[in-house]
Amino acid sequence: MSDATIPSKSIELRVLRYRPASDREPVLVSYRVAYSDDMSVLQALQSIKDTQDGSLSFRWSCRMAVCGSCGMMINGEPKLACNTFVRDLAPDAVIIEPLQNFPIERDLVVTVGDFVKKIESIYPYIIPKVAKPVEDGAHLQTPAQMAAYESFSDCINCMLCYAACPQFGANPDFIGPGAMALLQRYNGDSRDGGRQFRLDQIHGEDGVWACTAVGICSEVCPKQVDPANAVNQNKTNSALDFFLHYVQPRSQP
Amino acid sequence: MRPTILHHPAPKRSVAPVFWLLFGAGGMLSALFGPALIILTGFMLPHGWGVPANFSDFPHVLAFVRHPIGKLVVLAVIALFFWHGAERLFLTLKDMRAGPPLLLRLMTYGVAALLTLVTIALLLAIGF
Ligand code: SF4
Ligand code: FES
Repeated sequence: MSDATIPSKSIELRVLRYRPASDREPVLVSYRVAYSDDMSVLQALQSIKDTQDGSLSFRWSCRMAVCGSCGMMINGEPKLACNTFVRDLAPDAVIIEPLQNFPIERDLVVTVGDFVKKIESIYPYIIPKVAKPVEDGAHLQTPAQMAAYESFSDCINCMLCYAACPQFGANPDFIGPGAMALLQRYNGDSRDGGRQFRLDQIHGEDGVWACTAVGICSEVCPKQVDPANAVNQNKTNSALDFFLHYVQPRSQP
Repeated sequence: MRPTILHHPAPKRSVAPVFWLLFGAGGMLSALFGPALIILTGFMLPHGWGVPANFSDFPHVLAFVRHPIGKLVVLAVIALFFWHGAERLFLTLKDMRAGPPLLLRLMTYGVAALLTLVTIALLLAIGF
């Protein structure tokens, strides 16, 4: 081939591998990959899988920072592999590890079950304020009402914020930044009436109060969701709710 | 008619909001008035810079802390500053795993609570 995009440079990737059937513990394995300027770390891993070792496991789907599957530690920082380019890391060797703070299932694949349970616990759907039959048309919303929650709806559940959060690292039961962003996405929605159900889920020691305002979640978020802001807003909401629940006893939903 | 919702049991409520609000109130007060108080009580009053003569005389200050509003102001700046510092220190020590949480709470919230009580007692002892 005489194509100008032929990769002329190569880079060393040190990938943390863990094959439960044969490895006693995770080990770094070194691979050398030829790369071009438009190659993402995800493509580099795919090239290893296609040409060097088909057993290398990692998650991916969209290749465009939308699905949230390809989160991993790249040189110690939580990143989306599809959104991180080899050219920005070259020429030094790159260390690639599974997302921190999560149990490793295999190679770069981590266990997400607890995270999914947390997401489920905060009622991640609109609970209509007023019942409205389909014949009555859509629930209307002004641009300002939409702006109140829209940025939080950009969360792609990539868990990079969980990998960065030292409180989640110390206490895996902490509901964590991503779930709080999602909670705010629904609690901030003018069509929603489920606010109290959700606040009741986060008022415990492992809820919003486990956060000590480190703020790194918002720094690593690839979608500028600002989960730290969601957590802060809900400290205020949960504190108000703390005092209100004495004066306005409510029936359990 | 509401759609059926699968309910999750609510976890036990934490008392953290109480300390967090004291922390927030103290943080707000110290940010707004802390530097001014340091300049006022640390430099301007002792040197008599830019304040009326006799401004910080004993009778003046005594009259201030004998007035109910004066008492509240003094209590707020002393107690809330301590609660602010206590919460911040508690969270830092907890992050550093410096000891069992109960001990850390006593060392931080305990000190703030004690100093609050002492301040109240002194303010009352000064009389009205
Ligand atoms: S808040 Fe950001 S970092 Fe956290 S899961 Fe959502 S998109 Fe990922
Ligand atoms: S592959 Fe979908 S976010 Fe990276």
